[in-house]
Amino acid sequence: MSTEVALHNTPLVEEHIALGAKMVGFGGWNMPLQYEGILAEWEHNRKTCSIFDCSHMGEFMVQGDAIQSGLDGIVTQRIADMPVKTCRYGTMLNEEGGVIDDLIIYRKAPQEWMMVVNAAHREKNAKNFKNHLTSPANFKDISFETAKLDLQGPLSRDILKTLVPDIAQLEYYTFDEFVLLGQKCLISRTGYTGELGYEIYYPWEKSKELWRRILKNDKVNPTGLGVRDVLRIEMCYSLYGHELSEEISPLQAGLDKFIDFEKDFIGKQALLKQKAQGHHHRMGYFISDSRRSPRAGHRILDLSGNPVGRVTSGTFSPALQRGIGLGFIEAGKNNIGSKISFGDEKTIVSAVISQRPFYKNGSLKH
Amino acid sequence: MEIMEHYLYTKEHEWINIEDNIGTVGITDYAQNALGDITYVELPQVDQEVEQFEQFVSVESVKAASDIFCPMSGRVMEVNTKLEDQPGSINKDCYDKGWIAKIEIKDADEAAHLMSAEDYRNYLESLGQ
Repeated sequence: MSTEVALHNTPLVEEHIALGAKMVGFGGWNMPLQYEGILAEWEHNRKTCSIFDCSHMGEFMVQGDAIQSGLDGIVTQRIADMPVKTCRYGTMLNEEGGVIDDLIIYRKAPQEWMMVVNAAHREKNAKNFKNHLTSPANFKDISFETAKLDLQGPLSRDILKTLVPDIAQLEYYTFDEFVLLGQKCLISRTGYTGELGYEIYYPWEKSKELWRRILKNDKVNPTGLGVRDVLRIEMCYSLYGHELSEEISPLQAGLDKFIDFEKDFIGKQALLKQKAQGHHHRMGYFISDSRRSPRAGHRILDLSGNPVGRVTSGTFSPALQRGIGLGFIEAGKNNIGSKISFGDEKTIVSAVISQRPFYKNGSLKH
Repeated sequence: MEIMEHYLYTKEHEWINIEDNIGTVGITDYAQNALGDITYVELPQVDQEVEQFEQFVSVESVKAASDIFCPMSGRVMEVNTKLEDQPGSINKDCYDKGWIAKIEIKDADEAAHLMSAEDYRNYLESLGQ
């Protein structure tokens, strides 16, 4: 007898299993953790090109004027001035200023928007939109008809160009509609790896053909969520449930530049209050003095051994050949160059607070 | 999963290869596969005394840390210092180049608490491997 809740499958689950992926439950979905191994997949992504199945992520459509629809007031990023065919990252908050989710908004037309949200909180997010949009009828969840394949790595443009010649003109954080293997689809130049890359929103039932076609190119390897996490930690990108939650404000999480204080949005008053009072803890980024790596939940200590924070994400960094971590650290103990340590009751490891990102040589904006 | 016929095994997936009264210790193919790419090994001290099934090594993979337990009591005679720079040897060759430590065995009778290759194979099957 199993008490586990059934996991959703992406349209590519059989492909992953056939390729020998180690599968894992993530955000309610049955997802590939790794194929060849995290280090090999890291190497391939940073130097060549990887494909990720991100069909678990949620996609919502909203129709209407930015302001009148209520959309602008739900999210922290400014959307009214977004040019069509651009995307913008931001968050949506509760009244207390805590993060309901982080999301990217795509402006498809002056009055047509697509939001991409995390898989685990799709239903919670949908509810939040429907509750706060002027008319819930303008909202549509297209998650289960939309597959999402991420092609990421320095060679991704050259590889995608062989299937979509016009892709070369796409600039960072812009998108367009293209015809790919006979299917109309949306492709954005976005990603979560720090490398040049594309996110392809493709018809769910046709995605297997696209996956197979892209993998026919021997420069492309399939890549799992394990290395995706390593890549995003090297870039200091937040992951909901780690750096972000309903108890954490985007200011604490270091996402200040994705908040537009010139407009009204849910949670703004709480954020203004936080700004006035200052923060006890803020996101810090640190590098281990050794290969020993911080892990989520580890304590962070100052030089005298006093607890000053908590690790939210940690990993071994193949780029630095050191452990790296993200965590909330007390104000005053969080200055770049400050020495700290991290660990649990068994092991304490020295580290130093660093600038973000840890990985600076990516092809992201090439 | 590869299993060495003449080694002995623990339920925590360590192996010991006993020659005279010296036991070479490492982790099994199952263990290295479950851990994934190993990025750090904290070796025991030479001359350290360890008890059977006592934690004496920690290994870290990219995404996790794990404890390694000593299959038999004794004194640590030698450690594989090559693992400091090349912890991935455990992934590549867990039964030979990826050995972790050599133990001067205190009590040969403790081997009775370990599994033979056949027992370990059955044990892995019972785990669904």
